[in-house]
Amino acid sequence: MTNETEANESGPDAKGPNAKGPVETGPDETGPTATGPTATEPGDGEPRDGEPKDSEPLVSLSDVSKFYGNIRALEEVSLQVHPGEITCVLGDNGAGKSTLIKIISGLHQHDAGSFRIQGEETRLGSPREALDRGIATVYQDLAVVPLMPVWRNFFLGSEPSVGRGPLKRLDVQQMRRTTHRELLRMGIDLRDVDQPIGTLSGGERQSVAIARAIHFGAKVLVLDEPTAALGVKQSGVVLKYVAAARDAGLGVVLITHNPHHAYLVGDRFVLLKRGAMAASYEKEGLELEELVRQMAGGSELEELSHELER
Amino acid sequence: MTVTKEPAKPEGPEGPGEPGLPPEKTDERLVQRSLPARLMRRPELGAVVGAIALFVFFSLVADSFLRASSLSTVLYFSSTIGIMAVPVALLMIGGEFDLSTGVMVTSSALVSSMFSYQMTANIWVGVAVSLLVTLAIGFFNGFMLTRTKLPSFIITLGTFLMLTGLNLGVTKLISGTVSTKSISDMEGFSSAREVFASTLTLGSVDIQITVVWWLVLIALATWILLRTRAGNWIFAVGGGVDAARAVGVPVARTKIGLYMGVAFAAWISGQHLLFNYDVVQSGEGVGNELIYIAAAVIGGCLLTGGYGSAIGAAVGAFIFGMSNKGIVYAQWNPDWFKFFLGAMLLLATLLNAWIRKRAEATR
Repeated sequence: MTNETEANESGPDAKGPNAKGPVETGPDETGPTATGPTATEPGDGEPRDGEPKDSEPLVSLSDVSKFYGNIRALEEVSLQVHPGEITCVLGDNGAGKSTLIKIISGLHQHDAGSFRIQGEETRLGSPREALDRGIATVYQDLAVVPLMPVWRNFFLGSEPSVGRGPLKRLDVQQMRRTTHRELLRMGIDLRDVDQPIGTLSGGERQSVAIARAIHFGAKVLVLDEPTAALGVKQSGVVLKYVAAARDAGLGVVLITHNPHHAYLVGDRFVLLKRGAMAASYEKEGLELEELVRQMAGGSELEELSHELER
Repeated sequence: MTVTKEPAKPEGPEGPGEPGLPPEKTDERLVQRSLPARLMRRPELGAVVGAIALFVFFSLVADSFLRASSLSTVLYFSSTIGIMAVPVALLMIGGEFDLSTGVMVTSSALVSSMFSYQMTANIWVGVAVSLLVTLAIGFFNGFMLTRTKLPSFIITLGTFLMLTGLNLGVTKLISGTVSTKSISDMEGFSSAREVFASTLTLGSVDIQITVVWWLVLIALATWILLRTRAGNWIFAVGGGVDAARAVGVPVARTKIGLYMGVAFAAWISGQHLLFNYDVVQSGEGVGNELIYIAAAVIGGCLLTGGYGSAIGAAVGAFIFGMSNKGIVYAQWNPDWFKFFLGAMLLLATLLNAWIRKRAEATR
């Protein structure tokens, strides 16, 4: 709290548009809120690590909206996912994170705006279609079947077979070996891939799901709150694997409400507030404090602290 | 994926994995588990221990229990339950119930008998029609379940009641009595009897053909469960249906397939019933569905799905057979059978729960 007293000085003039809710969107509105040079236009991607500025994003959303009946779940949200980069989507409960994830992973379709996969305008019909286009989603609690062995979970839904006709069977040896190898590559050294996956820690389970997505050729990895249910240490483990996925050249969408986690690994940050895009940042020049302040409620929190002051 | 059988080296699109770790080490680590530790993790362990204990017990208290003829009788009785218990176990691993199995067996026998009799067709025509009808009932169960998303308890309770009524009603309507007409003099009866209700003699031991059917079903179910994609899906839809759906497992297809598997076994069971006794009582079968479920549970199937084995269910059926006949050989009052079974069910379930907890704790 005490750290933010200085920021309070510049607060009141910015709180107007934000407090009004999801009426106004776009980075220009939040410009004054974001202190100085940190905020940039979302489309205006700053090149990173010498990448050419015009490199084609794997996934690009611009002004995407989604309505459930007369409810605006998502309004004019834009984000880009580049290979080897992590795009963080931050927001409080009900900010529209889940809706966004559902559009990217093919569970829902957007109602307005454009959704491009490698430059091609797309409307995904099903999660399977998203998978085929290289977008794999790891849900927070839907990742695995707890009672099944690790190797069966790893290949679930895409099991390799050998033999023909009635003798067609699972390639068990290869499945076990591949599982062990792929997990090792992520830095998990399992003693026994036959143990039920429910006996692994929460972080390890997330990591198995991530390793699985990478193995099956995902180009874009969508992670739904991978650290939400985890302790500090386990979160660190998972973030390491997220970074490993990034280093393997994948584009990662990290959904979270924890600005500390996001700041650690993120390259781009999209802030959602009540279904609208409140801000969009690039890593360069962005201070953790700013992200925390925005997530903690930003100007609304400042207003609250004024009211509570005596 | 590659189609090479038993690849000697780890392979895959990405080539060898971590360079610092030779593949031999990986394999060595995998076989490190001790045999007892691996056995502990098998779902049927509790049932096997219970079956051995029961076998020893009846060998001691009933003099005639160990005779070849007695064991043959025990096996026969076990097989009549086991033929149904095995697919019911698969269904339970897939996370669903079927309360209509008991009467479905009777329906299958009735259809077969009455179709052949009324159409004066070859017996095998009736048998084939019965197969189609029974599979259709199984499909109906599965289809209703996956479409309506109602609990399988309700859906199959409905099927159970409807079939019970249909069995009686239609039989009375057609033949005027509650049982079917004798079909033993009809064409094809003897060959059908060979297939569904004959006795094989091995040396001095008589083995009923149902035992063969039972063993074939156990082998088939175990193969499907442990070594095919469908088996992986069965475990997955029972253990975590949302996760299964999210990774692209065809949930509806898997469940409908499971119900049709149960129906297939009900058809075999029903044909045995028909060709063993020649006539079928239309009121039969009520209550058997719970026995099949109990056998599967004794065999280590979790009521909540996702865990269990076909072999376990077979052992569960064998426990039923032993206690049912053992009580007779021990010259006790057979009225105690049901009490005995109930106690056994509780014990077995507790034992299984305890074992599973330990197996999951010591990894």
